Amino acid sequence: MGNESKAMIAFTVNGESAEVAFAPHKMLLEVLREDLGLTGTKHGCELGECGTCTVLLDGTPVLSCLVLGLACAGHDVGTVEGMASAGKLHPLQETFADLGAAQCGYCTPAFLLTAQALLAGNPQPTRDEIKDALAGNLCRCTGYIKIYEAVELAAARMRGESAEPTRESLYGA
Amino acid sequence: MARKPSDRRIIGTALRKIDAVAKVTGTTRFADDLAFPRMLYCKLLRATHPHARVVSIDASAARALDGVQAVLTGKDLPIPFGILPVSQDEHALCVDKVRFIGDPVAAVAATSEETATAALDRITVAYEPLRSFDSAEAAVANPEPRIHDYGDSGNLHKLIDLEFGDAAAGIAEGDVVREDLFFFEGNTHLPMEQHAAVAVWSPDGKLTLWSSTQTPHYVHRALAKVLELPPARVRVIATPNGGGFGGKSDPFNHEIAVAKLAMLTGRPVKITLTREEVFYCHRGRHPTLMWVRTGVKKSGAITGMHFRSLLDGGAYGSYGVASTYYTGALQTVTYNIPRYHFQGARAFTNKAPCGPKRGHGTPQPRFALEVHVDKIAEQLGLDPAELRLRTLVPPNSLTANYLRVGSMGLGRCIEKVIAGSEWKKRFRQLPEGRGVGLACSSYISGAGLPIYWNNMPHSGVQLKCDRSGGVTVFCGSTDIGQGSDSILAYIVAEILGIDPFDIAVVTADTDLTPVDLGSYSSRVTLMSGNAALQAAERARQILAVHAAKQLEVPVDRLQFADGRVFDGNDSKRGMSFADAVQAAEAAAGTVGTVGSYTPPRSAGRYRGAGVGPSPAYSYSACVAEVDVDPETGIVRVPTIWIAHDVGRSINAATVIGQVEGSIYMGLGEALMEEMAYRGNRNVVHKIPSLLEYKSPTTLEMCDVITYLVEDPDPNGPFGAKEVGQGPLLPVMPAVANAVYDAVGVRIDEVPITPEKVLKALRRKAKGEAGRVGPESFPDIPWPEPTRVPTPWEGGDGKAVEQVRA
Amino acid sequence: MLRLPSFRYLQPASLTEALRMKRDAGPDGMFVAGGTDLYPNMKRRHQEPRTVISLMGISDLRATEGRKDGTTVGSCLTLRDLSVLPAFRPYAAVATAARLVSTPLLRNMGTLGGNLCLDTRCNYYNQSYEWRKSIDFCMKKDGKICWVAPSSPRCWAVSSSDVAPVMVAIGAEYGLIGPHGERVVPAARFYNNDGINYLTKQTDEILVEVRLPASNGWDAVYHKLRRRGSFDFPVLGVAAWINWQSGAGSREPLVNDARIVLGGVASYPQEIAEAAAALRGKPLSDETIAAAAEAAYRPSKPMDNTDFDLSWRKQMTRVYVKRALEELRARHT
Ligand SMILES: Cc1cc2nc3c(=O)[nH]c(=O)nc-3n(C[C@H](O)[C@H](O)[C@H](O)COP(=O)(O)OP(=O)(O)OC[C@H]3O[C@@H](n4cnc5c(N)ncnc54)[C@H](O)[C@@H]3O)c2cc1C
Ligand code: SF4
Ligand code: FES
Ligand code: FES
Repeated sequence: MGNESKAMIAFTVNGESAEVAFAPHKMLLEVLREDLGLTGTKHGCELGECGTCTVLLDGTPVLSCLVLGLACAGHDVGTVEGMASAGKLHPLQETFADLGAAQCGYCTPAFLLTAQALLAGNPQPTRDEIKDALAGNLCRCTGYIKIYEAVELAAARMRGESAEPTRESLYGA
Repeated sequence: MARKPSDRRIIGTALRKIDAVAKVTGTTRFADDLAFPRMLYCKLLRATHPHARVVSIDASAARALDGVQAVLTGKDLPIPFGILPVSQDEHALCVDKVRFIGDPVAAVAATSEETATAALDRITVAYEPLRSFDSAEAAVANPEPRIHDYGDSGNLHKLIDLEFGDAAAGIAEGDVVREDLFFFEGNTHLPMEQHAAVAVWSPDGKLTLWSSTQTPHYVHRALAKVLELPPARVRVIATPNGGGFGGKSDPFNHEIAVAKLAMLTGRPVKITLTREEVFYCHRGRHPTLMWVRTGVKKSGAITGMHFRSLLDGGAYGSYGVASTYYTGALQTVTYNIPRYHFQGARAFTNKAPCGPKRGHGTPQPRFALEVHVDKIAEQLGLDPAELRLRTLVPPNSLTANYLRVGSMGLGRCIEKVIAGSEWKKRFRQLPEGRGVGLACSSYISGAGLPIYWNNMPHSGVQLKCDRSGGVTVFCGSTDIGQGSDSILAYIVAEILGIDPFDIAVVTADTDLTPVDLGSYSSRVTLMSGNAALQAAERARQILAVHAAKQLEVPVDRLQFADGRVFDGNDSKRGMSFADAVQAAEAAAGTVGTVGSYTPPRSAGRYRGAGVGPSPAYSYSACVAEVDVDPETGIVRVPTIWIAHDVGRSINAATVIGQVEGSIYMGLGEALMEEMAYRGNRNVVHKIPSLLEYKSPTTLEMCDVITYLVEDPDPNGPFGAKEVGQGPLLPVMPAVANAVYDAVGVRIDEVPITPEKVLKALRRKAKGEAGRVGPESFPDIPWPEPTRVPTPWEGGDGKAVEQVRA
Repeated sequence: MLRLPSFRYLQPASLTEALRMKRDAGPDGMFVAGGTDLYPNMKRRHQEPRTVISLMGISDLRATEGRKDGTTVGSCLTLRDLSVLPAFRPYAAVATAARLVSTPLLRNMGTLGGNLCLDTRCNYYNQSYEWRKSIDFCMKKDGKICWVAPSSPRCWAVSSSDVAPVMVAIGAEYGLIGPHGERVVPAARFYNNDGINYLTKQTDEILVEVRLPASNGWDAVYHKLRRRGSFDFPVLGVAAWINWQSGAGSREPLVNDARIVLGGVASYPQEIAEAAAALRGKPLSDETIAAAAEAAYRPSKPMDNTDFDLSWRKQMTRVYVKRALEELRARHT
């Protein structure tokens, strides 16, 4: 009931090793937010029904509301806080910001991480492949379109192309 | 210092939002991200009966649980509240009666959320069940037992009857008179962020509440009232909202409960609702039954219209009185309706309360009207686009119900989507199973009147110019993702000629920022934008006077751009913006200005004229393309073309974002979203979960082709009108009309589910009417109508005195 | 935030250890694999184990192995593994069903074993404790009556696994291990038509592996009906398996044997023998397909406890069986 004795695990979070003690029934979501102060990971249902809590577990996007904290011992967890490095945004973060792919921003960390995992395995996804990969993340604000465009633009830039947003995307047809 | 539009550097450009980096790095602090030392967690015990008297509550076992710090029940918070002064019908915790499953009856604060949850099980509530009602029709049919002991009649909360000219006579003049019935099922906002609030009480008698609210000003008032605290000692800070859509616009019971618990325990108290509880907060779309009769000339001219709506309001008032008026108010601002009769009723039922969701009260009548017009066009043998173009309301005109239309770009919107979708080649010409449909709409850019009567501004801004060249804008407005914080920065940056990222924006904090009424009714860009414009122009004036002296240039030749202040005739003669601030500060002291905005007085003077007026109306036209599977009835929407008259886009990228988001939400409402209730066991929400409330995924979302039409409105900042809600409205009727084009059946109900489509197809195959929709409108004890002569009958906006025979 | 109640979490490294832990924990112990079914259920207090034993650390459970007479698949492979690993290419229907489960994120976590042992579902049951209290609970958990069929003595919660109907259709076998040793059961015999006791597996048995038959001479497809293209459970799943007569020469190919299995309409993957009978010895003509679809339609009796209206779901049986068979026909020519 929250009063039971804590358990301790060692794992890697955003590339740094971490040790953390928490009540053993806690989900990774709760451990990240409450015991490590990494509140960039959000939640919308805690039942696996929205994708808002997505983090990377050994590089694979998973739902942190359904992963037990204890099961992460020895594993590598990636959150949105780890995406920018040395004060520089990840290309996906740049394009999400520029295209307005983050409106309220609540679903954004999850979309960014899911997209990051997609691009790691598929540097040139088609629009349909992007839709499939993001089909487990709900967004109520954007209608997803700016998110697709941001993923496409970031993918192009990560392939070394000097891509810019299209005029229609920013100003309409 | 007039500036030509071509001089603009920022307005109209696609820019990053000022908070975009915080959002993509996960550093934005939403309400549930806040934590304080010694913080307690609050959980609410909710009613398990839809309608019952509370006989007794025994919380002693909960209080005895280790870790529980306080338990509250209704008697601890006896003062009622509610968003509208006319319906102060909510209690933070039910006092003597519960009105729906989910109504809170007790609140626990404990050292962990787990303990608080466990404590709920130890509270015993004895109920005496009462008969409950699960639909507006049931509430109409059963005046007793009353859900509330106020309201216009039995379980009817509100009855409205307004007549502008002799509508019956007008209708009779039509060559065609058409009557239709429609039903729009309730649906909800479903913001991804579940509501959360944290309260901190300081022993010096000050209360601070952080909450994911769209309306900190109204929460401020409700807290002061219910907690009996001096308002000056209450501070409300709206955290960035993880989506709102109208669902965070009421003061809520959980906000008051955590505040009271913080006062009692002296410790910070937080509550984060579960997804299920968000369904109980609701305040979403009212389920609405509608009846409409219209007379139309062969030419397409409307001669008169009679419209009736019956709204299922759920258990409390919320914004419901305004919602009811809105189901009748805006019919007149798209097509010319010379005589108009509106009757609206709102019922109380034992379900989560309904209120304002994106489009507040207007998507339902818009659905009815646009499908009705489609049927009329068919009856007249006219192309529905052509019919609409022939009946457009003229710009700069006054409608039958005294709404003042300013700029009006609907004609251009229709032309854009007709051309873009190749309508002329497709309408009634696609193969069986595929179809296109057209619908239009209009929406307010902020309401003409505040929610409680007062004659102060609706929005205020303070502006501080710093020696560094940085500027800080203070405004009570609340960013719910729509980008209102950025709008303030862009407008100030445009006027002062500086980079928007050199501007700090402080918003939504009742201690720090001047009042803005909140993020609802699409009011923020227009109202806080105008206030910011005024404050920035005043600052520019101050800076210009002193810069002119120093530069020895006439004041009216100065320009502000690129972070400099300079002579328009000789740009080398100038100084940096920071130097200009320093010059002004040295000469005249600290540089700060204020700006505020009050909408123009509306023309209507009759009772009920308060709902509908707006400084400016936005317009949208939409063509939807559908694929209908005749074997299953499943409808897919591959593409939507939408044109929106936004007046002027301040930031084109955020405008497009609002349009696409509106289409998304409209698509969900058109095809799958509904607030379903069970009646067989207790009236209970059938599916309070993200899995079973169907929000479209990437795989359902259609392609969207957006056209921005800019017909600047003199009342908007730089001509800007709203965009956050209007583009949602035409989606549902456009889809319905497209389904008819595809397979020849009329689904006069939203959502358009496969079951309904298949049923209509079966009926059609049997030779019956290929239609699914409501069959009748119940008898309602309408009051004597308020009769208002129209402007063209010499009316002055006032109702005629009732002469009783 | 919805949270788990407290419990003891154990992570055995071998099957023996897992069985011992389960024995020690007694009836309050449960196995968990991906947790995507069990943890939501625990959060809503449908299942309340005091000890949870994770199978994910047992490497034996993640192996795949080709055999002469087929392929053996470890139960702890994830659904994503099933939809992408080359070993499953001959088992396209299995891969399709796995790919149609919920969302890509969930498929990275959920396992084959968990999917085949999935708790039955009902929208009177998959609700929070408070919600269920407000309707006065039902017999599947904490109550006495079934709200879907109040006069019925049994629970009608729905078998909602996408992969199970395919396993039944293709004639897979499940390898189990328990305190009394190992056994192999045909997929069809693993399930009961009862919403509460939906598995014939004992609670202390572990599903170790699934034996897929050799992939020659037959073909199978899986079609799923649901509201949205992701997230949603099946409200109807149709797994169709055909064994073609060999050596048909130039004549129209004939069906040697067939199996049609429906998911989402009963408490178990429901095999429709009448539909198969309508196909045996016949070509897959429009008429035989229509006859099989009709035969499947009649015994398909969905209850009012999932998304969509039940009469529409029943009607869709005909359409979906027809479409599944049409796909099989198209693939064979
Ligand atoms: C939002 C959502 C949507 C979903 N949609 C679908 C869907 O569309 N289709 C679908 O089929 N499923 C769906 N699921 C259900 C479930 O997630 C998947 O079926 C998944 O494959 C379950 O696997 P798991 O490993 O996570 O199961 P777990 O939760 O780990 O286990 C499920 C059950 O099986 C038992 N179990 C697991 N492995 C073994 C084993 N090896 N031996 C003995 N017992 C075992 C557990 O004790 C438990 O009772 C959905 C779930 C969610 C939350
Ligand atoms: S089918 Fe009946 S007993 Fe089973 S879960 Fe549903 S309501 Fe309960
Ligand atoms: S919080 Fe919704 S899936 Fe995890
Ligand atoms: S940006 Fe608000 S939910 Fe996606």
